Amino acid sequence: MIRLEKRPEPSQAWTYVTPLLAVLATMIAGGMLFAILGKDPFVAIRTIFWDPLFNEQFAAFSRPQLLVKAGPLILIAIGLSLGFRAGIWNIGAEGQYIIGALCGAGVALAFYPLEAVFIFPLMILAGALGGWAWAMIPGLLKTQFNTNEILVSLLLVYVAEQLMASMALGLLRNPDGGGFPGSRNLGDYPAASNEELIAGTGMHWGVVAAFIAVIFAYILLNRHRMGYNIRLAGQAPRAARFAGVNATRLVLFCLGLSGALAGLAGLFEVAGPAGQITIDFNVGYGFTAIIVAFLGRLHPVGILFAGLLMALTYIGGELAQFMLGLPAAAIQAFQGMLLFFLLAGDVLTNYRIRIGRAEVA
Amino acid sequence: MDLSSIDPILLIAALIVAATPILLAAIGELVVEKAGVLNLGVEGMMITGAICGFAVAVETQNPALGFIGAALGGAALSLIFGFLTQYLLSNQVATGLALTLFGLGISALIGQAYIGVKPPITADLDIPLLSDVPVIGPILFQHNLMVYLSLGIVAGVWYLLKYTRVGLVLRAVGENHDAAHALGYKVVRIRMLAIAFGGACAGLGGAYLSLIRVPQWTEGMTAGAGWIALAIVVFASWKPWRVLLGAYLFGGITVLQLNLQAAGLKIPVEYLSMSPYLITILVLVIMSADRSRAALNAPAALGRPFHASS
Repeated sequence: MIRLEKRPEPSQAWTYVTPLLAVLATMIAGGMLFAILGKDPFVAIRTIFWDPLFNEQFAAFSRPQLLVKAGPLILIAIGLSLGFRAGIWNIGAEGQYIIGALCGAGVALAFYPLEAVFIFPLMILAGALGGWAWAMIPGLLKTQFNTNEILVSLLLVYVAEQLMASMALGLLRNPDGGGFPGSRNLGDYPAASNEELIAGTGMHWGVVAAFIAVIFAYILLNRHRMGYNIRLAGQAPRAARFAGVNATRLVLFCLGLSGALAGLAGLFEVAGPAGQITIDFNVGYGFTAIIVAFLGRLHPVGILFAGLLMALTYIGGELAQFMLGLPAAAIQAFQGMLLFFLLAGDVLTNYRIRIGRAEVA
Repeated sequence: MDLSSIDPILLIAALIVAATPILLAAIGELVVEKAGVLNLGVEGMMITGAICGFAVAVETQNPALGFIGAALGGAALSLIFGFLTQYLLSNQVATGLALTLFGLGISALIGQAYIGVKPPITADLDIPLLSDVPVIGPILFQHNLMVYLSLGIVAGVWYLLKYTRVGLVLRAVGENHDAAHALGYKVVRIRMLAIAFGGACAGLGGAYLSLIRVPQWTEGMTAGAGWIALAIVVFASWKPWRVLLGAYLFGGITVLQLNLQAAGLKIPVEYLSMSPYLITILVLVIMSADRSRAALNAPAALGRPFHASS
């Protein structure tokens, strides 16, 4: 008989090993999925994980994409991880990402075609504020009315999507666009454009912001009282209450910060790789970032690696779509599977597996 | 704007159709939560049910088999959640989210071959005499079987929870799993059954969307219906009849805003489309603002993992 015995403390070793095991298990299960779809599993796995980086034909194009895709994922996941640690579940990062992009693009388009150095910083501010404000809605409803932040933040994603559609068709529509939906392309507006900083690397300001966020989150969690409170509230909510941790402040801080970071990610995306507000501007980074946060063990450095790995599956997925005709949805299912295996693996971190009958105590 | 183009009788009949998917998903989730498990994967199970039901119905040309397939598909997906949370003791919130992400992916994958395909038509019941009664006939007696089945499930759940031993055990497990365990009830097994029931109901709700309400398959077609179902359980304070009320209220808002769009109200379509979500949030706020009442009705062990140490 197999039974589980709770460890007195979570195992450090398993904390590091389980993400690797999960990736391995996902590759095996994913391979089986691809085999069912009639693709050679080994070729598919190689196309997803190896070719984007090392294939001579594609690597030159897809390597820079790694940072372009990892930037927003890491930025959003860092914000989410702080809340997840404290048991505050912001799962509406997708909405905050959209609102950040709308606010940032709105500022840029308001100044169009003025060329001035203050425009881009102002856009960054607007993007962060937009995301922050959108996340404050579930935050304030939680602290004032005890409303479930999971449901409110998620439902607001759909509201944000509709708002974006209305903006792309109305207020922010390109007046010279011949009536097509979508805003002006910010790539053609140098003062507002978030261009590649080093040619051929994919490095843009959003990636820089993501790296800064990783460093700050690390310092916050390990060296700052707020970080300590976050960890305490997550591990021992009762102890946190007795220790005088202000729950209201904690909720507003975590939701606000994650919203601001998601907003920033949206702004850097709309000003850079995407270029414009369109009806289908958002591509699900806000949801994939949830997987990134867990895969990175809610730890800033872990999230950095997890973000890069998840970006790789995005690029590899596109490549597999193009090369093997693997459906785009297969990658989505693949990413979901990864989270399953990861959560399943956590049992090894928190419990010992004992085989044999329990002795009577 | 031409409000006279809105026919109140058709509106109420359409309301029932719009509410049924959410009603099915919500009543399933109510049972799951009554057993003390918070499954946030309703959206994923719904959309998986939508495509499983659609695929089976198209292949067999039989909508009834489609609905059975949808229930099985939803239940199968929910058992992944059950295995992870009940046997491997994973975090319920995170696992529920994973279920939604996975469900959206796998459904899009299965659904590729079915884009643009027309499903077989689910016939409306035509009850002699009753269907022909003016006003009441079109509202109450000209629906398909699933509408009546959903009402039957609500009544069944209400009766089960309130008057039977099974319901009592289920509630005991949800209120205090340690006490239920000490009394010798199989907490994990009971919860697994509840989770499977919730998954089957969510699957049926999804299939109602893809086979009757829309009826065709598009990726992500549930568009938050699963999340609204979760909100309705909170709105209902975990009471079956209030779930019915909440779902029909929500259906009413959905249908009304669609009718206002058609009637050409001077509000952009996007703002009308977001109204169901905003009103759901508003209702959630109102229901949770009264702390004492909200706390009284929620199952005490909701979302807490159970690990029998002895």
